[in-house]
Amino acid sequence: MKEHVYDTVYLSEEDFTEGRVLFETWVPKARYAWDAGIAIGRYLAELKQGRLVGRHCPSCGRVMIPPRMFCEQCFAPTDLWVPLQDTGTVITFSICYIRWDMVRLEHPLIPAVIAIDGASPGMGILHLLGEVDPQVVRIGMRVRAVWKPPEEREGAITDIRYFKPLE
Amino acid sequence: MSLLERVIHPDQTKLWYGEIPIQSRYTVGIAGERFFREIKENGRFWGTRCPSCDLIYVPPRLYCERCFAHLEEWVEVPTTGRVHTFTVVHLDLDGNLLPEPQVLAFVQLDGTDGGLVHYLGEVDPDEVCIGMCVEAVFKDAGERRGSITDILYFRPI
Amino acid sequence: MGRNRVAIVGAGMTKFVRRAQETGKEQAWEAASKALESCEMTLDDIDAVVIGSAPEAFDGLHMKTEYLSDGCGGWGKPVIRGFVGGGTGVFSAIQGWYHIASGLFDTVLVVAEEKMSSCQPHPQGAFITIFDHTTERPLGPNLLWIFALEMNAYMTRYGLSKRDIALVSVKNKRNAADHPAALLGDPHITVEDVLNSEVLAWPVQRLDVSPVTDGAVAIVMAAEHVARRVTSKPVWVEGVGWNLDTAYWTNRDLSYPTYVEEAARMAYKMAGITEPRKQIHIAEPYDPFDYKELHHLEGLLLFDEGKAAEATALGITQRDGDLPVCPSGGLLGVGNPIAAAALMKVAELFWQLRGEAGARQVPGQPKRGVAQAWGDLMQVSTVIVLGV
Repeated sequence: MKEHVYDTVYLSEEDFTEGRVLFETWVPKARYAWDAGIAIGRYLAELKQGRLVGRHCPSCGRVMIPPRMFCEQCFAPTDLWVPLQDTGTVITFSICYIRWDMVRLEHPLIPAVIAIDGASPGMGILHLLGEVDPQVVRIGMRVRAVWKPPEEREGAITDIRYFKPLE
Repeated sequence: MSLLERVIHPDQTKLWYGEIPIQSRYTVGIAGERFFREIKENGRFWGTRCPSCDLIYVPPRLYCERCFAHLEEWVEVPTTGRVHTFTVVHLDLDGNLLPEPQVLAFVQLDGTDGGLVHYLGEVDPDEVCIGMCVEAVFKDAGERRGSITDILYFRPI
Repeated sequence: MGRNRVAIVGAGMTKFVRRAQETGKEQAWEAASKALESCEMTLDDIDAVVIGSAPEAFDGLHMKTEYLSDGCGGWGKPVIRGFVGGGTGVFSAIQGWYHIASGLFDTVLVVAEEKMSSCQPHPQGAFITIFDHTTERPLGPNLLWIFALEMNAYMTRYGLSKRDIALVSVKNKRNAADHPAALLGDPHITVEDVLNSEVLAWPVQRLDVSPVTDGAVAIVMAAEHVARRVTSKPVWVEGVGWNLDTAYWTNRDLSYPTYVEEAARMAYKMAGITEPRKQIHIAEPYDPFDYKELHHLEGLLLFDEGKAAEATALGITQRDGDLPVCPSGGLLGVGNPIAAAALMKVAELFWQLRGEAGARQVPGQPKRGVAQAWGDLMQVSTVIVLGV
């Protein structure tokens, strides 16, 4: 099938840096102001108060976090705000040594999906783990949110600095 | 709160600001490489000709979009043409008034089936008309880098 | 439901490279013209065009369909672009199928293209937008997180080791050494190479991941009456399926891809497949990361949950094994220009089922194969079953 493959011209990074090939560059003005929306707007407001909240679906009974105004499974409106605990269980985690642009980090981050107590089983959110040796983190570990002091909170997911082991 | 409930205090709505952190680096491509090198090195335009469709593409293309043939016949084309259509631009991208209005035109190059979108210069915007004969004005050879901006603008002949 | 029978009658592709000099549309033309040439057809013979391409941000082109259309043969024709993230490549073949199965068109040119090298400083800048802008991106994520988190959940649930999973990477990169378009084929790579490669986001290491790639792939699809005229070896589309799970990915069981199973069941039902393990002879599941091949093989019901790694260790998924998996070399070996990578899998089945895969040919004259892709927010699966 070799005859069905077109012999593309491939370049090295030096072809660009040393001017052997012509190119244009462009930095788009891709700046956005996203509406937080109704459910996440309230979620952020509650984070500012140091609380985690979920939404209840009257049809399937799930208590969901992140909160949403409709249940995507029942396709029906959710009806109640449910206060949740700021504790939970690590469902899965990673130990990450690189930044989004592939630059190496000096101190690894430990992203995790954490099932929040008070929500339905398996209802997790993405956050970071802290105050813990990466080598001892395990799936099933019990953790608690470490909040910024009230005056530093701004209504953002980062109002929780990270989650740390309960013990 | 239900889905139908309205926001009564718009100041309490929350906006979340963010960016998509990308920059683009575009190669000019196989056909573009030769086109822009001719502009840079010789201040000339070249196109590619499709013999079966009898079309001359400028900017040149690697292939004919109509019959899909690989185009290998390169032809030098004039740097003159006619204004096919134009507009007079008064605002910049952010909506601010430009110090001087810019005339932007699609110039159909003589003897070809293509052309370039570019500025018109050395002309009063009120005097520009469709069908006007124009020619390309290039930057000095030393300043050209193989880009569409190696052409300063087109001016009336 | 009356549906017309649809075949793939031609295929072509570009070399997969890290940085192509070609523009995106030039790449598309290279692949499309090769595909037409392979079945001695011209653009005049094509009724409609389907374009598959992943997010605009990679190529840095808004309205990428319109930009790519002339390179895809779309001049003056009905053109459509479907988009389901990484699932796009297989989905574009599915779109080609329903264009013809519906009776609307007799011939469709399907072209998938990606030019990821345009995206600077790294395509990750576009990938991170899959995370929710308000509740996740402020945490500073990168795309690897989502894979690392899923991989850890999968490994832990089934008690798999990094070594078990690295075998997939070794197999695919070795297979790719026989692919004339491959970017990362390596006949000598070992498990130790994978295990010793740079740790990016544990458990994900450098050689667990497919590379950033530029490339394009095209296939020609035709209704039965055209297909029989064009070729003596049409490869029939026997079944298609696709399925999406919830976008709330942190609410899902990450250790088993239910949506892959749903998509596979849809395709198998259409194809009349009741025992996939006996009736499917060759598989090209989506392998952007090594563990994903295993994950997907289980979702495709080709192995029991958690058992695909064991099958890999036993050599069952080798090219000469009982169920050859990714004989092409997959994304890990041939490369991963997102949409084009998955259409490459469809093209691989086309060549394998026609006995034209050369050094990569699976022995025993396979009669039926499945290709699958995956993407969006780890939530979509697209499946196609081909047969001769």
